Amino acid sequence: MDFANFLIQLLNSLQYGLLLFMLAAGLTLIFGIMGVVNLAHGSFYMLGAYLAWFLASQFDSLVLAIVVGTLIAVALGWALEWLLFRHFYHRDHLDQVLLTFGLIYIFEEVRSILWGDDVHSVPVPELVNWSIPLTENLSYPVYRLVISAVCVALALGLYFLISKTRLGMKIRAGAFNREMTEALGINIRLIHGVVFALGVALAAIAGMIASPISSVYPGMGSSVLIMCFVVVVIGGIGSVRGALVAALMVGLVDTFGKVLMPQIAGMAVYMLMAGVLLYKPEGLFKQ
Amino acid sequence: MTTRREILTRSAAVIGAASSGLLLPQMAMAQSDKVRVGFMLPYTGTFAQLGVAIENGFRMALNEQGGKLGGREVEFFKVDDESNPAKGIENANRLVQRDKVDVLVGTVHSGVQMGIHKVARDSGVLSLIPNAGVHVATRAQCSPNVFRTSFTNSQPTLALGKAMVDRGHKKAVWITWNYAAGEEAFEGFEQSYTAAGGTIVKKLGLPFPNVEFQALLTEIASLKPDAVACFFAGGGAAKFLRDFHAAGLSKNIQLYGSGFLTEGVLEAAGPAADGVLTTMHYSDALDTPRNKKFRLDYAKTFKAQPDVYAVQGYDTGLLLIKGANAVKGDLSNKKALYAAMEGATIDSPRGQWTMSKAHNPIQDMYLRKVENKENKVIGIAQKAVADPATGCRMG
Repeated sequence: MDFANFLIQLLNSLQYGLLLFMLAAGLTLIFGIMGVVNLAHGSFYMLGAYLAWFLASQFDSLVLAIVVGTLIAVALGWALEWLLFRHFYHRDHLDQVLLTFGLIYIFEEVRSILWGDDVHSVPVPELVNWSIPLTENLSYPVYRLVISAVCVALALGLYFLISKTRLGMKIRAGAFNREMTEALGINIRLIHGVVFALGVALAAIAGMIASPISSVYPGMGSSVLIMCFVVVVIGGIGSVRGALVAALMVGLVDTFGKVLMPQIAGMAVYMLMAGVLLYKPEGLFKQ
Repeated sequence: MTTRREILTRSAAVIGAASSGLLLPQMAMAQSDKVRVGFMLPYTGTFAQLGVAIENGFRMALNEQGGKLGGREVEFFKVDDESNPAKGIENANRLVQRDKVDVLVGTVHSGVQMGIHKVARDSGVLSLIPNAGVHVATRAQCSPNVFRTSFTNSQPTLALGKAMVDRGHKKAVWITWNYAAGEEAFEGFEQSYTAAGGTIVKKLGLPFPNVEFQALLTEIASLKPDAVACFFAGGGAAKFLRDFHAAGLSKNIQLYGSGFLTEGVLEAAGPAADGVLTTMHYSDALDTPRNKKFRLDYAKTFKAQPDVYAVQGYDTGLLLIKGANAVKGDLSNKKALYAAMEGATIDSPRGQWTMSKAHNPIQDMYLRKVENKENKVIGIAQKAVADPATGCRMG
């Protein structure tokens, strides 16, 4: 591998890592603040992708589809929290796992009824549907760079929201000590609804912006779910900063694993996870 | 003294004996009356449409014969195999033991097929494979009562090598998912490509069903091969075609593949698939009177366009008809039945093919080029391609 290719692979791993972060951030937020293990997180990713495909074909504009799709995802997250999840905060993790495992099947079935079982593609917006030539054979699709830019923007927004705003302060307080926060007159129910909707929206947005490069197909949520959990576990359950670091690490290991050691590419990420857990059983950044 | 209870139990016993005695001949009659055909296909999940297409094709072949097999009426039984290998044996047993089928038609997924295969070998029931390309079913574990009407996973790629070298593409990279079907497709490619004088520069793989191809595409660009050959199918295939194109590789590097790369995904892949060359035993665009008639009839009956899976289902029906007619519907005459099927020539929409000694089609492989979301046939890549059937001993 020469230096130019090394840099391109570095770019690939960064791009993959950032997308993983978007997905894992919602999962780790929901766990860190409400203590809910949400196996249905991958379904929100799939739902986002299908929404992007469906709405883009209706509106003829991916940007508009993402805006409307995000609103739908927020509404869905809010409704799910209100209807189901708030009854499960004090329950055993096993109950939560059963609930969210059931939700996976429900979402798959609803998807099948609404949109069928076909594979669909989402057109890349014309404005960014071109590639930058890097070497004589290889070009880099601009849309991939756009995805990375959106991910970075959202990561910064999330950081700002949680560490600099009043709402973020309440969220952190609620995660630290629920009873005390409530005693101070903060509506913790409302905070939970906001956080859950935010988590769902993050997963759906990841699905929506990734849909033009990933295609849209049944069961796409389950494949990303496992990677999400790997990221969350490596980063430390509940830590958003940990999720960012872990996602970038997973991106690196996965990309270079595939190229340098194709035989064990499937295992490389899990070996990283095992290695991290050996030295830091609670993940890199314990909450 | 006779108690009431005794009377009750005695009469129950009498009724029981009488009813079972009465029922037995009826059940036996029911069995000889109609041919019992069991479908074990995916009716839910990712492969649901494939299962439906296979069943449609099979029924269409029978309906062209007035819905009969060797003069006998046909009764159908259905089990949804969910493409779940864990339930393969259990589901096959439901058809064989509970429904007592004479013929088991199935399935799509190779893992599930291995479950059916075990049940077929243990019970001796006639097993017809309408899709799954897993090698072992017609190689080391071939069996007199198991016939395949589709392909082996290496059959399409066995025709790929020469077509590539003929086009001057002598240095190629191979890429696939690291799983059984991918490995089997590679076997055919490696054999045909090296025999034709080509060099495989590198073999790339990623875990199934991972679709993050970008790192491997970068690797391909740095290797600068003349061509890339691959095995992908379904949603992953659509994504691979799009990523390959978006990475700018299609400008200088010709993409080849086993035909499944461009089956059912051309709508999703869009212009990214244009110019891709694949080899397979069928194409929707095959321009023969036989295929055109088949496509028209199918579309009229089922209000849907047939695909390669419908053709395979149809051919499965044709094969069974040949066998059943030869024994005048007496499927218990296994020796004559299998002999008739083994020597059969099937007049398929894909073109005529014959059944090999190992019970797998010997068939022409077409070279196809994607143009305007259609697999245009540009010629026969190789005539009468047979699977090597390594290790098959019937007995």
